[in-house]
This record gives sequence, C-alpha cells and structure tokens, in this order.
Amino acid sequence: MNAKISQKIAFSVLFLVTLFIIIPVLIIVFIIIKEGASAISWEFLFTAPKDGMRAGGIFPAIVGTLSIVLCAIAITLPMGVMAAIYINEYARDNLLTRIIKLSIVNLAGVPSVVYGLFGLGVFVMFLKMGVSIIAGALTLSIMELPVIITTSRNALNAVPQSFREASLSLGVSKWQTIRHIVLPNALPGIMTGAILSIARISGETAPILFTAAAFYVPHLPRSVFDQVMALPYHLYIISTQIPNMPRNITYGTALTLLMLVLAMSVTAISLRIYFRKKKKW
Amino acid sequence: MVDERKEKIVAKDLNCWFGKAPSVKALNISIYENEILGVIGPSNSGKTTFLRTINRLNELNNNFKQTGQVLLDGKDVNSLDTESLRKRCGMVFALPLPLPMSIYENVGYGPIRHGIKSKKEIDEIVEKSLISASLWDEVKDRLDASAMKLSGGQQQRLCIARTLAVEPEVILYDEPCSGLDPISTAKVEETMLELKKKYTIILVTNNVKQASRVSDRTAFFLMGELVEIDKTSNLFVSPKDQRTEGYITGRYG
Amino acid sequence: MISRRKMDSLIEKLIFGCGIAAIVLVALIFFFLLREGLSFFAQYKFTEFLSGKFWYPTSSPGKFGILPMIMGSLFVTLGAAVIAVPIGVMAAFYISEVAPLSIRDILKSGIELLAAIPSVVIGFIGMVTIVPLIRNLFDLPTGLSAFSGSLVLAFMAMPTIVSISEDAIRAVPWTYKEGALSLGATKWQTMYRVVLPAAAPGILAAVMLGIGRVIGETMAVMMITGNAAAIPGSLFDPVRTLTATIASEMGETVRGSIHYQGLFAIGLVLFIITFIINFIADTFLNRGRK
Repeated sequence: MNAKISQKIAFSVLFLVTLFIIIPVLIIVFIIIKEGASAISWEFLFTAPKDGMRAGGIFPAIVGTLSIVLCAIAITLPMGVMAAIYINEYARDNLLTRIIKLSIVNLAGVPSVVYGLFGLGVFVMFLKMGVSIIAGALTLSIMELPVIITTSRNALNAVPQSFREASLSLGVSKWQTIRHIVLPNALPGIMTGAILSIARISGETAPILFTAAAFYVPHLPRSVFDQVMALPYHLYIISTQIPNMPRNITYGTALTLLMLVLAMSVTAISLRIYFRKKKKW
Repeated sequence: MVDERKEKIVAKDLNCWFGKAPSVKALNISIYENEILGVIGPSNSGKTTFLRTINRLNELNNNFKQTGQVLLDGKDVNSLDTESLRKRCGMVFALPLPLPMSIYENVGYGPIRHGIKSKKEIDEIVEKSLISASLWDEVKDRLDASAMKLSGGQQQRLCIARTLAVEPEVILYDEPCSGLDPISTAKVEETMLELKKKYTIILVTNNVKQASRVSDRTAFFLMGELVEIDKTSNLFVSPKDQRTEGYITGRYG
Repeated sequence: MISRRKMDSLIEKLIFGCGIAAIVLVALIFFFLLREGLSFFAQYKFTEFLSGKFWYPTSSPGKFGILPMIMGSLFVTLGAAVIAVPIGVMAAFYISEVAPLSIRDILKSGIELLAAIPSVVIGFIGMVTIVPLIRNLFDLPTGLSAFSGSLVLAFMAMPTIVSISEDAIRAVPWTYKEGALSLGATKWQTMYRVVLPAAAPGILAAVMLGIGRVIGETMAVMMITGNAAAIPGSLFDPVRTLTATIASEMGETVRGSIHYQGLFAIGLVLFIITFIINFIADTFLNRGRK
C-alpha cells in the first residue's frame, strides 16, 4: 500500500527530526553536570573567588545575580499585573487598546542588547544611577514587562466571567470585584509566571553588561547603587577572557547557573500543577 | 380604570442593539411595586436584554448600545451610580453562580463589600437571608462548607439568599429554574411568592406554565417587541393578540 | 481617612497609568535610540554608515560602516533559519499530530528545558564542542564562523518555532481533518494537504518570531562566530553580528563620543528591524486567529 508506506516513512522521519532537538539538550545538560560537578562544594558556592578567578568560589556572583533579579521582579510584577488588569478588565475595544497591545508585542521582540543600551543611556547616564544593581534591575524589569503582562492576562482570563457578573450584580464596584474575586483566583497563575520570569532573567547577560555587572567587586553589595558580579557575566568572562582557567571551575559556574535557573523553572511548573489540582471551581 | 399603584420601573421608548443587531425595539412598559411581572416569549425575543438594562449589566458588553430610558422610582438608571443601582435591583441568573467560597462567605459577600464590619451583624444577615430563600434549614450546620458542593437547586437558592442579603428593592429573575429539577423549581417559586410582599419582582422565563403559576401580570415579548401585557389570568384565558395565543398554546416557540 | 470611593478611583487611575506604560516605554526606547542615533548621523553620513565596508571606530577619523555586520547578522540568521525552520516545523507536527500522548509530554518538557537554558550557557557549550568540531570536520583554521553560529542559533530558536507552530497546528479545526480522513486520506496526507496550509499563517508567524529571536541574540554569537568585523566571503568565515558589536565595544567607548553614538545607531537599526519583524508576525497571528 503506497500511501501507508509513505506515511510510515514520513512519521519515522518526523520522529528522528524531533529527537534531533531533544538529544542535544540532554547532551548539554549531561556534559555540564559531568564536567562541573567536581567543582561544586560548600567553598565554591559560598566564598569569594581567589587567584584571578581561578580558584575559590563564586558566592559574590550568586549574590549579585539574586539581588538584581529580585529587585527587577519587585518592580515589574506590580506594574505588569496592573497593566494586565487594565487591558483585560477596563480597556474598551478602541484604537488606544490596540496600540497598547501592539506596543507589548514590540517590547517583547526588542533584542536584549538594545535594552542594555537603553538602560545605559537612561538609567546609568541620564538618571545618573551609575553602573549599579538598581540600573540593571530597572533595565531587566522593562525587558520582562511584556512577559509578565501576557502571563498575568492569561491568569486573569482563566477566571470565569460568571464570577464577575455575580459580584457586580450585587452592587460591588468593579475594582472591589477585581480585588476580592478576580485577583485572588488569578494569583496562582500570576505567581507561576513571576517565578518563570525570575528564572529567565537570571540567565540574561546583555542587559546587565553595561548597567550592573562588573567583573570583580571586592565586597558584597552594600546598597542598590553598587556594582555587582553576576553569574552569567562571570561565566562569559572566565570562558572567553581568562587564560589558564581550570576547566572544572568554568563548568562548575555553568552548572551553578543552570541549576539555579532550572530549580526555579521546576518550582514554577510544580506550583502550576499543584494549583490546577486545588482549583476551587 | 386608572391604575393607582406606584410605578417602580418604567421603560420609555427603549431600543437596544448589540453591534448592528437590534435586540429590543421601542419598548414601553411599566412595572408596579410589589407585583410579580412574568416575561415570556421565545428565545432571543429581548427578554433578558430588557432585564439587564434595569441593572445596567448590558454595559459589560462592548458592543451594546441603547436609546430611550429606563426609570427606577422615576429616576433614569443611567443617572444613578451603578453600585447603588445594582444593590437596589438584585439579579438571579439562569445558571446558579456561586462564588468560589463558603456558603457563609457567599451570602456575606455583598454586605461586607458594602461596608458592614461587625461579625454579629453579618451573622444575622446571613441567617435572615438564608431563611427567606428557604435554604437555612439545609445548610445551617455547614455554613463553612464550600458553596460549590451544594446541589444545583441549593446553589440557586443560595444565590437568591446572596441577593437578598444586600437588601434590594427589586429582584430580577433571569430564567432562574432552567437548570433545576421540579422540586427545586417549586421551592424557588414558593419563595418568590413570599418575597413579593417585600419586593418588586420581574421573572423572565421560558416556561409558560411557570409564569401562569406565579406572576400577577404577564408580558409577552416577540423578536424584541412587547406584543401584549395583561393580568395573567386575562392573558392566558383570552389573549388579545394572535401571536400571543400562538405562543401560549405551543403552536410555535 | 480617604473614603473607599476615592481610594478605588485612585487605584483605577494607577491601573490606567500602568496600562499605557507599554506605549510609553516603546516610545521612550525609540526616542532615546533616535536621539543618540541622530547625533551620530549629524556627524557621519547615513548612507556611509549602512553601506560602508569598514568598521574602524578607533582610528581617526573613525570609519563606521556596518555592512560587514549586516552581512554577518544576515549570514548567521539565514543559516539558522534554513536549519531551524524545517526541523522545527517538522518537530511541531510530530509532537502535535503523531506522537503518542506519553511521549508528547516528555518531548514538550525537553523543549521547555531547552528554552530555559541561558544563552550564555549554550554559547559556552557551543564554544567548547561545536567550534572545535567544525574546525576539524571542515579543516578550517578556526571553527569560529558564521556556520557554527547558525548551528547553535538554530538550536536556540527551536523552542519558539516549535511551540508557536504547535499552537497553530492545534488551532486547525478538527472538522477539517475529519473531512479529509473520512474521504480516505491517510493521516500523513491529511497533515500535509489540509493541516499544513490551514496552519500556515501561524507557522509563518512562528518562523518570523524565531528569526527575530536569532537576530537579537548576543552572547552566544559573541562566543561562537569569531567577532571579525570584515565582510564574510563564505559561510565558514568568522563574522560579527550587529548585536555582538554593541556588546563587545560598549564597555570600551567614551561616553558621548562618536563611537558611543555609533553603537546607539546600530541599536536603532536593530530596534527597527525587530519592530518590523514582530509587526509582521503579529499580523500573521491575528489573521490566523480569524
């Protein structure tokens, strides 16, 4: 049967092609674990680097990354959620709304290095924040805004319209309805999106290159106006610009970054599954 | 004979559209205080649209347009603020819509949002409303249970209790028994007859028999127009319009 | 004590403010890039910038031709597209139409795993595995080349292309498929004769978004393509992309100098390119939705 045979062939090809994508992923993760695991130790994770980064630990880079990223999410989450509330719950079907939606799509597509440029121009230079945690955080927060808005909008949309109608028909105001019915029920989705965002921006290098990161800072950050070391930037420098770098330390840095990002992603997805089971409606 | 009862709700030359499609055409109707007005007619005759102009819920739809007036106690509803309007005109929907909370919280939701803070007061309101909705006996021992666990009929009575808790003057029933079994339906109708003493009630229903059981006057809507309105007994025994007769006798609809 | 009504109204105003924040930000970014860009173009001819073959920012007078980088970005992007599009679309079809449910979840997780890996990590691994591999395989002086970059970037674009194509494929009404199958077509024939054309707008959008992602990638290309600001003769020459130029030189420029402004001008070019790509992709997505 000619048609059946071509189908079998076609489907096998498709399967192999798909494997083509999945297998390298596993190989990458495997290599990083294999080569980097030996570097991971209490000292590695919790002390500062020594000997021009060739020994010691990467603690300041971990702290730096966490400070920038947590600041960033603290800025972008409230803004993004409110923007999502505006678009879903208040905005009418008019030109302004279409422009807003278009702007979000475009913000989402801007290259990360262009955000870095913008952050440099506005936060570091124009607002005179200097290369600092806050400049990097603000840059990352703008970059992540479209993503937060989109995931929050999805979470808000998942709340059935009937709840809003029931609340409004009791004479409860629109904002009170949102505050007491819509938001609490959308919160799990919003939180999942926030954690996934944190995971994403932890790995970003280009936006913090000129706005927050420094290769070596002798002390842990004392305020938001300090420069900091950051994991992705650290990995970039030691793998491309430091000669005689011990192999396992480079891989260990990559492994730490990877584990940090994956741990957060897995947490977010588990939360999503947990809340889906616990749904009250 | 001049009707000396007070007009609670009046519609004057009301026209409604959803986008380009007309939904209600040139409606003029008066509803009197403390009566039950039944509104019957086939689907898409504008009954629900009309009901929702009273508490301005149609505004939730982006393509809704309206000309003409709807008056509550003589005042245009568009000039009243939506929160107090909807408090005064409560609505019971076709599908029971319990909020995702406990029974107690559902009934107490309205009063709490409107500013009542004392737990004692809320306890009293919850009990009173559940009694008036004929649900108290069935749930008084499990007020903290989730409302979603009640049966359809119980949920609908819960929604009625919830509406009563904010002390409305008018209750708008939008095909409230369409998803309910006959026993629950009977309970809801019984409650309605009790409530008529304190409230003005409009009952939109697809079930002609229900209207004949419960309402004082009945209005027949067809394709957005009010065809005929009369005392229920008159309408059902000797309808003046042929179309009304056709619908009531089941020739179409 | 502010009344609850007033508080509500204040909050609603704040909400509106956040709502238009996206517009404000896009405008702000564009304006900022434009400002520096225009200062640059006041000192250096625009046509020279776009078509000049030499990028020597530190010589005096500086030469700021970005043609080599445009070519670099173009080579890498097209190379990546040629690899990623067929593979990605085929994988999307496999996952949504052919794979048994249990395998489907594993595959989707695999792709999400790929999406989660930071680009600098992929760049690092690419640098230590792909680059030497290419050098040995093709007997080149160095494995740092546009081709290596295309390979790695194709890989990074996969999650975008696969997941959005998947959405498009699943959005095809099953009645279309049912119709074809009931006429005796095999599942495979239905897939390429019915589903593919129907999902085409969405798949095109996925491709455009994937390309947008590739054009915007910075770290991985910096580590893999060699950073040579010269017009590439072949796919196996080292190249430098527009993004890499900004990233590698910004740290060394004097703020406010013409070099600094030149980099902003490149940023402006990138912004406009990705703006257009995303606009087109969004149009396809919306058309597909209707």
